[in-house]
Parts: sequence; structure tokens; C-alpha cells
Amino acid sequence: MSKETKGGSGSAHRLLRRHHDMGGLPAGPVEPTEHDYAPWEKRVDAIMRLLGDGKRRLITTDELRRCIEELGPGAYDEMSYYERWIASITNNLLEKGVITVDELGRRMAQIGEAWPAGAEARDAKLAERKP
Amino acid sequence: MSARFAVGADVRVRAAFPPGHVRTPFFVRGKTGRVTQVLGPYRNPEALAYGRSGEPAQPLYRVVFETAALWDDYRGAPHDSTVVDLYENWLEQA
Repeated sequence: MSKETKGGSGSAHRLLRRHHDMGGLPAGPVEPTEHDYAPWEKRVDAIMRLLGDGKRRLITTDELRRCIEELGPGAYDEMSYYERWIASITNNLLEKGVITVDELGRRMAQIGEAWPAGAEARDAKLAERKP
Repeated sequence: MSARFAVGADVRVRAAFPPGHVRTPFFVRGKTGRVTQVLGPYRNPEALAYGRSGEPAQPLYRVVFETAALWDDYRGAPHDSTVVDLYENWLEQA
């Protein structure tokens, strides 16, 4: 082995590590569990497949990953797997002008009115996250 | 397109820390490993991530590292190895 730079935990470079790039950091054991996906999670997966298919080519896997990485430490840790996906898909579609912020805000309000129980559940979940 | 490194070549991963989307894990940057497989040309994810074509495609290599050389506080078996797929633009001759 030739000259090595310490890229590990002892290095000043650690300040340059991006939050998501956490391979090898202390994290405890991995506990694999089987679980079913919620219908909304399956829908997020389907949306991503359709946006990236040969006909639309609106988002690549690389763009999906980039916007997940850009969520930043707080949101990145708090969100579940498919919550990160839909947040990234949303930002990609906003950047590309497929949807607009105004359109999204109005549609979310509409759905909240049509389905108050859903909006309440969402608000309760968000409140739970605040320390 | 020809690959710059052959199987068995010792390669050093560039110690670069750019912002933005990169596919080279932090823990191998600046480290030396050995090419075990030339996986073929792939479009560059660092460009694809920003809506660009990712062309020209770049050779992707499978590189093996001594795990104990990657983390100072590694307490696993002494000869454990870690395998990472890396694009050619991140590699230099060691």
C-alpha cells in the first residue's frame, strides 16, 4: 500500500462528509424484519417507475438520489424510506416545471378538506416529531 | 472506449470532497485498493443526477480494500475486505 490519506473518523476531512454518506459510522446491529408496504408507499414506488420509464424520462434514479441527499440531516433522519422518495420526486418535478408550488399547495388543501381524518393524522404525526 | 486500469492494478481513490452528488463513498477517498473486475462503461451518475446525459460513459471498476485500512477503529477480523464499485474519474495509479 502506498501513501494513504486518512479518510476515516480521525481526519479533518470528516467535516467534508455529507450527511447521507454514513457508511461505517457507528450504528448498532441491523435487525432485518419482514413488513408489508402501505398502499401509499406502493403508489410512491409506482409514481417513480412511471416518471422514469422510456416514454416519460422525467426523473432518473440519480436525480432521485440527489434530491434525497439534499434533504439535509434533520429531514433525512426523520423521514421514512418512501417519505424521502416522495419528497425528492416532488422537488425534482418542481425544478423541471412539471408541477408548480401554487398548484401543489392548492391541491393539498383540497385533499385536506375532502378527507379531514387524513389531514388530522398527518398533523398529529408531524407534531409527534417536534421535540 | 478502453479502460485505463486492468484487473490486478493497484489504484488510489482521489481524496476529493466536492459538494453535490457523487457515487464514491467517503470512507474510500484517499485509500488504495486493487481492481478485481472491470465492469464496463456506464453513464456518469454525477452528471445524470443533474438532468444531463452522463455521456461519455465511463469505465466502472470493482475495487477491493483492506477493511482495517478504511477505518482506524475497525475491530473485525484482520483480513476482512471491503468491495466498492468506483468510476474511473475517481481512480489514479497507486
